[in-house]
Amino acid sequence: MALLEVENLQTHFRTPDGGVNRAVDGLSFSVEAGETVAIVGESGCGKSVTSMSILRLIPEPPGQLAGSIRFQGKDLLKLTEREMRAIRGNEISMIFQEPMTSLNPVLSIGQQIGEALRLHQGLSKQQAEAKAVEMLTLVGIPAPDKRVKEYPHQLSGGMRQRVMIAIALACNPKLLIADEPTTALDVTIQAQILDLMRDLKHRVGAAIVLITHDLGVVAEVAERVIVMYAGRKVEEANVADLFRNPRHPYTQGLLGAVPKLGSSLEGETERLAEIPGLVPSLKQKIQGCVFASRCPKVTELCREVAPALEEKAPRHVAACHYAEREAIAA
Amino acid sequence: MFAYIIRRVLATIPVMVVVALFVFSLLYLAPGDPAAVIAGDQATPADVERIRASLGLDRPFVVRFSEWAWHIIRGDLGISIFTNLPVSRMIAQRIEPTLSLMVVTLVLAVVIAVPMGVVAAWKAGSWIDRAVMAFAVLGFSVPVFVVGYVLAYYFALGLDWFPVQGYTPLSQGFGPWLSNLVLPAVALSSAYIALIARITRATMLEVLQQDYIRTARAKGAGQRTILFLHALKNAAVPIVTVIGIGIALLIGGAVITESVFAIPGLGRLTIDAILRRDYPVIQGVVLLFSFVYVLVNLLIDLSYTLFDPRIRY
Amino acid sequence: MSSTTAPLAGRAALTAKDVAAAAPLPDVMQPKTRRKGAIGYMLRHPTIAIGGFLLLIIFAIAIFAPFLWTKDPTALAPVMRTRNPSAAAWFGTDMLGRDVYSRVLYGTRVSLMVGFGVAFFASVIGLAIGLVSGFVRWADSIIMRIMDGLMSIPSILLAIALMALTRGSVGNVILAITIAEIPRVSRLVRGVVLSLREQPYVDAAIASGTSTPVIIWRHILPNTLAPMTVQATYICAAAMLIEAGLSFIGAGTPPIIPSWGNIMAEGRALWQVKPYIVFFPAIFLSITVLAVNLLGDGLRDSLDPRAAKRV
Repeated sequence: MALLEVENLQTHFRTPDGGVNRAVDGLSFSVEAGETVAIVGESGCGKSVTSMSILRLIPEPPGQLAGSIRFQGKDLLKLTEREMRAIRGNEISMIFQEPMTSLNPVLSIGQQIGEALRLHQGLSKQQAEAKAVEMLTLVGIPAPDKRVKEYPHQLSGGMRQRVMIAIALACNPKLLIADEPTTALDVTIQAQILDLMRDLKHRVGAAIVLITHDLGVVAEVAERVIVMYAGRKVEEANVADLFRNPRHPYTQGLLGAVPKLGSSLEGETERLAEIPGLVPSLKQKIQGCVFASRCPKVTELCREVAPALEEKAPRHVAACHYAEREAIAA
Repeated sequence: MFAYIIRRVLATIPVMVVVALFVFSLLYLAPGDPAAVIAGDQATPADVERIRASLGLDRPFVVRFSEWAWHIIRGDLGISIFTNLPVSRMIAQRIEPTLSLMVVTLVLAVVIAVPMGVVAAWKAGSWIDRAVMAFAVLGFSVPVFVVGYVLAYYFALGLDWFPVQGYTPLSQGFGPWLSNLVLPAVALSSAYIALIARITRATMLEVLQQDYIRTARAKGAGQRTILFLHALKNAAVPIVTVIGIGIALLIGGAVITESVFAIPGLGRLTIDAILRRDYPVIQGVVLLFSFVYVLVNLLIDLSYTLFDPRIRY
Repeated sequence: MSSTTAPLAGRAALTAKDVAAAAPLPDVMQPKTRRKGAIGYMLRHPTIAIGGFLLLIIFAIAIFAPFLWTKDPTALAPVMRTRNPSAAAWFGTDMLGRDVYSRVLYGTRVSLMVGFGVAFFASVIGLAIGLVSGFVRWADSIIMRIMDGLMSIPSILLAIALMALTRGSVGNVILAITIAEIPRVSRLVRGVVLSLREQPYVDAAIASGTSTPVIIWRHILPNTLAPMTVQATYICAAAMLIEAGLSFIGAGTPPIIPSWGNIMAEGRALWQVKPYIVFFPAIFLSITVLAVNLLGDGLRDSLDPRAAKRV
């Protein structure tokens, strides 16, 4: 049994004018214990909504969830709010994109790290603060016993993200969801935070769901990759397979958009490829393939029939009628 | 920090000077002879002469103003034309009921309005939210004396739960003191509650959208912790600011509420002074209330550091 | 990276059997349609519809008061004193035998006159002061100190102080409340001017030598109109309440004029035995102020969504 099994997740929102935004529409994937899975895609493809849905942080209304999210066999969508709270920050925790705004400006660092510990492990105020100092040391913040009494505005962006990681890991979660953890940071800081995450992953042993649009980060950290487009999974494979042999035209486009070292030496000047067109509006039901409007290989069939996710190679699935298929021993 | 306090205190001085100047010159803005205006329609020429002498109208304006202001700074608000008693003594005799009424109303309003606004923001769009907003519009629309009469009619005359009118000093016991103040305080608080509940709701709605609220939820914090620890502390500065500004509402309302419930306070004193055109008393009361208003808002300004560590002076 | 162009089997080769179609997804929620046009607007902004409707009725009452089965509101009838509401006197009679129904209906005129009069004058004068303050640097600090001073005197007290000097008349009441309300408008206008001056397009207009009146006309006025309209409705509501309060404590309109505050002031002595004398004007006053406030809230939501978020 996988640690996390998401099946046919649909997260829809009521728009102010009465319509329906199908932010995530029929997403399935699973995460094994200790594994690092990346979810990639352009902004607006439903990555963040997926991560928020797993912790049920989507406000309902205007949102509504359907499908199932089984964590250690329990369907999170069937839990009460109280049961869900016992899981948040304890067994599943989350790191957000914006370290500048994700920490409460009026509470001290110690209070914010200690909160989860006091909630889930029943620590006293003093114990929680002592553990908070320990956590700050773990994430590499110098002078932790001084920092613990400070407020977020006194820390730099990289420091704040370290604090966020400390908060997320305080209760030794089994699953850590990191939503664009390095996007808002400087490049040098990005590398530090990624190193830290990799290092801590080995020590804590948590599975990680990494949400990102940065394929460089994926290549460095992830073991398996899920490519999302317009609220759906269009491809999934091991990181090496995906980079070596992407099957879905969208993934091919995404990879084409990554600058490759040395490629310009091969004669033709390689431009940063970009995928023409825009992500389709999720407010209308899409008939056919979601990528049809931007796909270079689109045919009549694509516009009419939505392709199913098929195993195109061992442990490599893609949703495309025309994706290359290797012979799979049946 | 200390330097900031000094600067803020100094900044209130020009405001108080403007208030004093305005209050002082009111008499001279009025058409006609100020002495005759004060003396009223039934005054004899001798009365007018007496008042003119007491005002010192023969000397230049600046001299009169500085003399007057100097007296005020030392706590001398002049002599009542009607009773011939020092205004400061008359105010001192009447201040307890008014202060009691305002403090009880303030506490009542904050205790009711803040949770109301918080819940409305939490349940935004629900029937609770609608009810709070409807109450707020009503609170702004129904005048304090109307609320006062309705309350007195049902809870004092009808159900006999509280005294209809009057005031019992605190020295005669907390129970009697409070039971006399309940109805006036509820009446007076209606507009104030509306004001505070609305700003609380609006500020909380904005705060609840913030990323750090999502972080708190992701940690597994309960709804109550999120609302009252994570959100309310961030919303505190605008809320206390409005509580301070609303003091003006409270002061104006107190004058009228005292008249409905026959409370012998500063409001009663003001109304009597108007009817008798006892101008030194009116000046004294207006100055005092404005001073209280400025002082409260100064304290609120200085209290911001308690709520938000980012504010440093 | 190897070329990944899939060897297309060719459309013809793809028979329906080969095509793996994704299973259709259920609908999580159904879209709702939104009504368009005037009715839709009213449904989305019910406060404007209700407030506007109530205010229309109140204006009609004020205009047509003489034709709504009223008597002379000042006619004394000592034999008919303090009669309870009946077929002859719908709202009863007061201590001097005057018909409360007629007085309440005529009182509508006073309240509307004061409310809208103050809103108008305070807006115009406040606008002028705010513009001067926003454009003339040296005058700004002086004006704003004066406004700060005025604003730290509670408006009812300020009006009381002014009324204590003058003879009670509707005009003086309007003047007194206007003075108390001016600072609000001028601060608002000054704020708009100062924030607009920061805008690149206004800055460019100033730099290119556009005259101040033209800048005011083209950039400032259009941007102040919405917040000022909203502010004016609130001032209107506040003015009606202050007028009633002033009259109630005997510092407002002269007792002979049938204003709602006056009627209540006269009923005050008898309120325990004849509550209706206070009750009827109270209802009318509350509904009128409510209508104006509802209209103000609705206008704010629809004209100035940013301000609506703040309060």
